Amino acid sequence: MSEMPTGANSPRDDVALDVSAATASAPEPATGRRRSRLRLNSSMIIGACLVVLILGLALVSFVWTPYGPSEIDPVARLRAGSPAHPFGTDRFGRDTLTWVMYGARITLMVGVVAVGIALLIGTPIGIVSAIFAKQPWGMWIDAVIMRANDILLAFPALLLAIIFAAVYSPGTGPAMVAVGIAAIPGFARVARSGTLQVLGSEYVRAARASNRRIPAIAVVHVLPNIAGMVIVQASVAFAISVLAEAGLSFLGLGTQAPVPSWGRMLQESQQFLSTHPELALWPGLFIALAVLGFNLLGDGLRDRFDPKMDARGA
Amino acid sequence: MPENLLEVRNLTITPAGAEVPVLDDVSLSLAPGERVGLIGESGSGKSLTALSVMGLLPEELHAQGTVSLQGHGGNLLEANEKTLAGLRSDIVSMVFQEPMSALNPLMRIGDQIAEVLRIHGRVPRAQIPGRVRELLAEVHMPDPDSARFAYPHQMSGGQRQRVMLAIALANSPRLLICDEPTTALDVTVQRRMLDLIAERVAAVEAGLLFITHDLAVVAGVCDRVIVMYRGRIVETGTVTEIFTAPRHEYTRGLLASSDLEATDDRGRLFTLKTALDYAGPRVPTRDSSTDANRATDANRAADGQGGAASATGSAPLIEVSDVTRVFKGRGLFGRRRSDVTALGSIDFSVAAGERLGIVGESGSGKSTLLNILSGLDRPTTGHVRVGDIRVEAASSTALRALRENLQIVFQDPFASLDPRMRVADIIAEPLVAAGVDKDERSARVEEMIAAVDLDAQSLRRYPHQFSGGQRQRISIARALVTRPQILVADEPVSALDVSVRAQVLNLLADLLEDYALTLLFVSHDLGVVKHLCSQVIVMKDGQIVESGATEDIYANPQEGYTRRLIAATPSLADALAATG
Amino acid sequence: MLTYAANRAIQFALSLIVASVVVFALMSLLPGNAAQVALGTNATPEAVAALEVQYGLDRPPVVRYFDWVVGMLGGDFGTSYVTGAAITPVIIDSVQVTAILVISAIALSILIAVPLGTFAALEQRSWIGVTISAASQVGIAVPNFLAAIILVIVFSLTLGWFPSQGWMAPIEGVGGFLLRLVLPVVSLALVQAAILTRYVRSAVLDVMREDFIRTARAKGLTRTKALFVHGLRNAAIPVITVAGVQLATLLVGAVIIEQIFVLPGIGSELVRAVANRDLIAVQGIVMVLVLLVLIINLIVDILVPVVDPRIRNAA
Repeated sequence: MSEMPTGANSPRDDVALDVSAATASAPEPATGRRRSRLRLNSSMIIGACLVVLILGLALVSFVWTPYGPSEIDPVARLRAGSPAHPFGTDRFGRDTLTWVMYGARITLMVGVVAVGIALLIGTPIGIVSAIFAKQPWGMWIDAVIMRANDILLAFPALLLAIIFAAVYSPGTGPAMVAVGIAAIPGFARVARSGTLQVLGSEYVRAARASNRRIPAIAVVHVLPNIAGMVIVQASVAFAISVLAEAGLSFLGLGTQAPVPSWGRMLQESQQFLSTHPELALWPGLFIALAVLGFNLLGDGLRDRFDPKMDARGA
Repeated sequence: MPENLLEVRNLTITPAGAEVPVLDDVSLSLAPGERVGLIGESGSGKSLTALSVMGLLPEELHAQGTVSLQGHGGNLLEANEKTLAGLRSDIVSMVFQEPMSALNPLMRIGDQIAEVLRIHGRVPRAQIPGRVRELLAEVHMPDPDSARFAYPHQMSGGQRQRVMLAIALANSPRLLICDEPTTALDVTVQRRMLDLIAERVAAVEAGLLFITHDLAVVAGVCDRVIVMYRGRIVETGTVTEIFTAPRHEYTRGLLASSDLEATDDRGRLFTLKTALDYAGPRVPTRDSSTDANRATDANRAADGQGGAASATGSAPLIEVSDVTRVFKGRGLFGRRRSDVTALGSIDFSVAAGERLGIVGESGSGKSTLLNILSGLDRPTTGHVRVGDIRVEAASSTALRALRENLQIVFQDPFASLDPRMRVADIIAEPLVAAGVDKDERSARVEEMIAAVDLDAQSLRRYPHQFSGGQRQRISIARALVTRPQILVADEPVSALDVSVRAQVLNLLADLLEDYALTLLFVSHDLGVVKHLCSQVIVMKDGQIVESGATEDIYANPQEGYTRRLIAATPSLADALAATG
Repeated sequence: MLTYAANRAIQFALSLIVASVVVFALMSLLPGNAAQVALGTNATPEAVAALEVQYGLDRPPVVRYFDWVVGMLGGDFGTSYVTGAAITPVIIDSVQVTAILVISAIALSILIAVPLGTFAALEQRSWIGVTISAASQVGIAVPNFLAAIILVIVFSLTLGWFPSQGWMAPIEGVGGFLLRLVLPVVSLALVQAAILTRYVRSAVLDVMREDFIRTARAKGLTRTKALFVHGLRNAAIPVITVAGVQLATLLVGAVIIEQIFVLPGIGSELVRAVANRDLIAVQGIVMVLVLLVLIINLIVDILVPVVDPRIRNAA
């Protein structure tokens, strides 16, 4: 008898064995199909710390920076680190730490706007496309949307940004929009495959059999279930946009002088590489930290939401 | 040391980082040529036991104890991968549960069989192609010559499992382990596969460790049975001992709840809790038909007014006439592919209060039929009437009315509930769709959760916090919350453990009565249908093969396919009769 | 398989047509016109009009589009508004430079990533596996231009092993050509190898969990042998797709490396054309890049079913 569950409290005798799996678990927030609370993993913790660091730099820069961004210290040009200038100064004697802090702003702004554009356009496109794919009469609409998506995929972020810089004048605005547009296919793909999975599930069949209409199903069932994948995609896209902005500014096609940006700092450091390599290392380090932060965050989130890597997502 | 083929002593397996072992002090042995069944429900540790014999345990599990095999000195748990690799297939082989994924999708069948011969080098290279053909012929593969060149995805599940068996026995091992080898197969295919395993094991004079959750299956294949429960062995004995005089109450419970022919004095199936009253499987005598009748009579008595209501002359509640459904093959750019006929001229009707079982194997068109009945799909031709709604031509308003009146319980308890919704919202969903106001909604949800024997606290939880059986209860609550006249159950118990199955079937029977429901019960399992349904239709390849009153069909099947289906369905009594 | 390939080819052609319309529309229809852009905002209306007539920009867009496409089909990308020189020879020369750079880089990154990723997956739990995994994560975060700068500082400015910039055609001297290729190729390949290593590792880990690997071990293969005989080919399928995407990204991504090392690649030409406000040249170069990306996708799409009989039969 010892190893048999008793469960004498059950209203009907036969429920006893059945209950054991759920005993003692208090109501907890929605965590997905795997039985896990908000499981923290090391990727996620390190990633979140780095993201908070960059975010902190940007926020503090609004309130305080060691110097003004265009404040010039003529006697302290091209200095290495010192108590007055912890990260040193550039060729005009501007404080590198100040520039790094200001640079964080542009980096985050480009990321937020680009990811925002991609998420707000790409996700609905993916969901709608998947919904059409499930209708016998709508499959061609899905096919057209996905072909368009593939064609957009032939324009990588950098290429699109260069086109925009050629047609409009180079600047942060066109760069953000271009990077955002280039990231749309990624979101559309993720949202579409997630939606297809949800729409093919038995619980959606059950909802349809209960008279739920498609829009209601999209809101009640699809959105909460694909949110995790979309958040992962957002994190990865953020990392890509940080890289793209830095690259564009490096080429002189992104953020224009005199607005501080990491990519341009790196580009300007090039002529002093043999004498002052640290000028390249500071912005380089922060670009790497930002990308690493968002990638790790995305990785950690993916472990929680979606055990499989999406081949085209990155 | 006694010369046992396999000797497992004090095997304990603990997951890395966990304190509680998943396998606790398991000891068993197997004599040369002996056929032993290892029985247990999900989570009992039966597969882990097998994997540790093979040296295939996942890395994150730590095994303690000893496992020794005849022909290898020392403890297998301490052997390195290279030594183990030398033993696998040479001395001990294994056939796995899932035939769909067990073969390399990128490699031809013949090459995969040839590989196992090459690894152990017993067959001279030049003779390998011939031996491959021979092995395929031995597992009765149709056309072994061309089968060699097929890829796995071009074969059916049953054929792939034959290939697996050919691979496992290619080097004539002394022990064959089969882990639920027929669970993923259709009933008729399962029968043939079981016979084949028995035949081949005898031919190569190997011992057999047969793992299954299905008591009826094990009775037909094995001499001795080991019963496992939650990581421990609870009982060991010969088939006759275990099946006629089980000592452990779990064994008794398992036996009682898998016997769908036996009911307690209230006409309900035995469960783990009521198993004490179970008298053991009735071994069929010569007049087995009367015996079967007696069993169904008991059902009918339990059904109460169910059958009686259907006898009146009023028009049937559901009428399906001459329905066909053809799926158009669709190529890229709209090029036509060959059409697939999922249903071909289906005719039947169901009276109010009747319980109709729809039986068929995979690909028989059951699911398509259900989709059409519930308005999720439309027939290509023919008429479907449910109540006063003509389904094939129904407006969307009429379809909504239909769906409020006809609700479905789905097969997979893990997939049919949205993981991100609370149970309360899941059950209330049909009411939200029907526009019922909030207060009434919560009142009815509470009523339903009580009706399916879950406590009200469950409402605030999420599906992953429940077991399979509990989820199926939630599913039933959702289906009944709109007070439908018709309940459609699509394989509602086939994903459940045997002991849980009996509980859910009992609940279903109670609710049918309480809510005066008409039931359409789709299943591949004849036993379940026989227990629950008064009428039955048998489907095959989109056609109705046979239909009529359940007891008539079972006692006196007219069609060859029905007879094959009935004969293939494993039953405790038959298996026991065969051994005794 | 043939119908599948034909299907993909038709899709490729359609994509190419749509892409050309998009590129043309972006360049020639949006704000102002090419002549205005080329001459700058200060140009007199007369000068702009004269340039428009000279290059036929006063004709309707549809005519100009077909003119452009027909020209490209005959291998003529037109004449630069700014320099008056033909664009085609510039594209042909620079594409070769970029192709050498990018193909060497992707080849090198595959050579690094496949063994490293496989090893990291096999040794998933050992310190070396964890180290590879962590190093690849850091590697992904380093932009290739930062890698280039660091490599230049170390191997060129400090050690003096390689020139810090410049290009030499193979005909002018194979040694000089290779010497100048090393740093740009390595800076491109390192980051790509980091990304690819992670995909290889995850693909191998996925494959190792497959039932057929267990079957192979049950047949008497060791874990490692089972992976090499059965696993790698299965793991190759997702990796091919990723490598294709990477190659496409690299094609454009190389522009920054070309700038740093002053290489006359197509990216450098593109940036020069943008700086010169030479829209017709930009249009031509963008079209070539898009064409190359689409060709890469086509090759990947055809390569996958060659490896995977399931897709071959389904198609």
